[in-house]
Amino acid sequence: MSNECKVDCGRRRLVVATAAVGGAGAVAALVPFVASLLPSERAKAAGAPVEVDISKLEPGQMMTVEWRGKPVWIINRNKDMLETLTKLNDQVADPKSDKKMQPDYCKNDTRSIKPEIMVAVGICTHLGCSPSSKFKKGAEEGMSGDWLGGFLCPCHGSTFDFAGRVYKAKPAPDNLEVPPHYYIAENRILIGEDKKGA
Amino acid sequence: MANTSFEKYKSDGSLGGNVLEWVDARFPLTASIKGHLTEYYAPKNFNFWYFFGSLALLVLVIQIVTGIFLVMHYKPDAALNANGVPVAFASVEYIMRDVPWGWVIRYMHSTGASAFFIVVYLHMFRGLMYGSYRQPRELTWLFGVGIFLCLMGEAFFGYLLPWGQMSFWGAQVIVNLFSAIPLVGEPLSIWLRGDFVIGDATLNRFFSFHVIAFPLVLLGLIAAHILALHETGSNNPDGVEIKAKKDERGIPLDGIPFHPYYTVKDIVGVVVFLMAFSAIMFFAPEGGGYFLEYNNFFPADPLKTPPHIAPVWYFTPYYSILRAMVWPIFGLDAKFWGVVAMGASVVIFAFLPWLDKSPVKSIRYRGPIYKTFLTLFVISFFILGYLGTQPPSYWGEKISQVCSLIYFGFFLLMPWYSKVDKYRPAPDRVTM
Repeated sequence: MSNECKVDCGRRRLVVATAAVGGAGAVAALVPFVASLLPSERAKAAGAPVEVDISKLEPGQMMTVEWRGKPVWIINRNKDMLETLTKLNDQVADPKSDKKMQPDYCKNDTRSIKPEIMVAVGICTHLGCSPSSKFKKGAEEGMSGDWLGGFLCPCHGSTFDFAGRVYKAKPAPDNLEVPPHYYIAENRILIGEDKKGA
Repeated sequence: MANTSFEKYKSDGSLGGNVLEWVDARFPLTASIKGHLTEYYAPKNFNFWYFFGSLALLVLVIQIVTGIFLVMHYKPDAALNANGVPVAFASVEYIMRDVPWGWVIRYMHSTGASAFFIVVYLHMFRGLMYGSYRQPRELTWLFGVGIFLCLMGEAFFGYLLPWGQMSFWGAQVIVNLFSAIPLVGEPLSIWLRGDFVIGDATLNRFFSFHVIAFPLVLLGLIAAHILALHETGSNNPDGVEIKAKKDERGIPLDGIPFHPYYTVKDIVGVVVFLMAFSAIMFFAPEGGGYFLEYNNFFPADPLKTPPHIAPVWYFTPYYSILRAMVWPIFGLDAKFWGVVAMGASVVIFAFLPWLDKSPVKSIRYRGPIYKTFLTLFVISFFILGYLGTQPPSYWGEKISQVCSLIYFGFFLLMPWYSKVDKYRPAPDRVTM
């Protein structure tokens, strides 16, 4: 091809315009594929609230229920357990629950609606393992001698107290999440919803 | 039409010759066989370390064939069956117990996964020793890094499929790593899982990635890896270019045809490899809990994490690097920097061709500094790998931090130490 041969500018513009429109179409065609990977309507619907009867939960005991595929712990804290919370204020990373890991009605010293009943999502805020309960004080369950009881995440060693507050200098950045919940009766909790009108 | 295969490969008049001529006029059959096998000239001084490329190809074939048969019986379904066991977990047990010879096929596949990483790590180490990544083979190396990344993805997706406790919690931890990315992290991890937790949606998409998407990409990258290699010709233990010295026919003086010389040599490697492979497959398929982890014999339980979780051995060095990052920097969580460090530790291999400033390629002619760094790098890699299998501990953390520094130091200091290091000039011709 000789150097004098000029590009047909009209044709070149048409080629560019066609490529641009075609490219936009190709990008638009990605949308259904990318969007299909999002949670389906069924998965979203599975987030329905769960009703729990806690009448048989004795003080010092804990039960686990499934909500949105996650373990939710309900702990009936006895007097001993509650007393540890104030002692630990200077050892936990967020003693006043300033980070929004709980509904406003649980932003208090016990992180709960009723002082003794703790409701928390049992998923470590680090990488999502479920911490194990280490309720016994001291070294009996493999913890250190000054352990006051709480939870240990087996994956990366984060520790939490009886209010799900994370200890300082641990991999987990936040306290355990407290899910929205309210009492529909004296011993019945609905997990997954705030009290209507509250 | 003068350059078509039709002109080049004339029939000798026999029936076979006529058929071949017919094919060659329509498809580059003879030309490909010559170009890639019988007239592909490889350096004559290949040694032990040159077995692992062909062995990786063998393991690939094993994985594809066994995989095809496993898919015939496996069901990617997280729902519970009538006995309260997840269908996916039960289908793997079914393969192990009820499918005729199913246990052999599955153990071949699970042993193959570990074998793949063993041969690929040795293949990569060969590249490090002899400077195979250096100019003009940068693209071969980059395709290789792509293959390695793809292989890691393939292994990760595959590990979820048995739907055991380690499958579930391993995937939970790794997918949650993405949630450490500021702003987009949380929606990104939901998008990856297809649910708010690891569940049926995750299992099905991992299955799809494992059996369709990643194998296709892997095959494409392997084709590109080999084509790029055959364009430049292979490196060798002396790191000298055999194409620089050719005879009057244009054939490298130090080259020998890949077939039959190296096909025969590689068959010896295949036989020895298959002996070791069979020994593991038949007598120690669990690999002492490293190839198949004990906790994975329990079905996935989303409500309970096993007391100790660790990735499979081939991921543990990177997992240690992830855990070694415990300091928040620039106001971002330590966990974000752990993810960054882990990603960087793999991707950094891609930069090697431009980090190495040594005048020679092969370790044979390099000086003591490079040899020391490479040795320290390999030792750190093993220590990191071991620590990654262990529960977190105070000393484990400190040691993994030191080893991570050495790991990155090997790469990041290379422009400096490869330049100042002593070296002996490489010879003109290969040595035997």
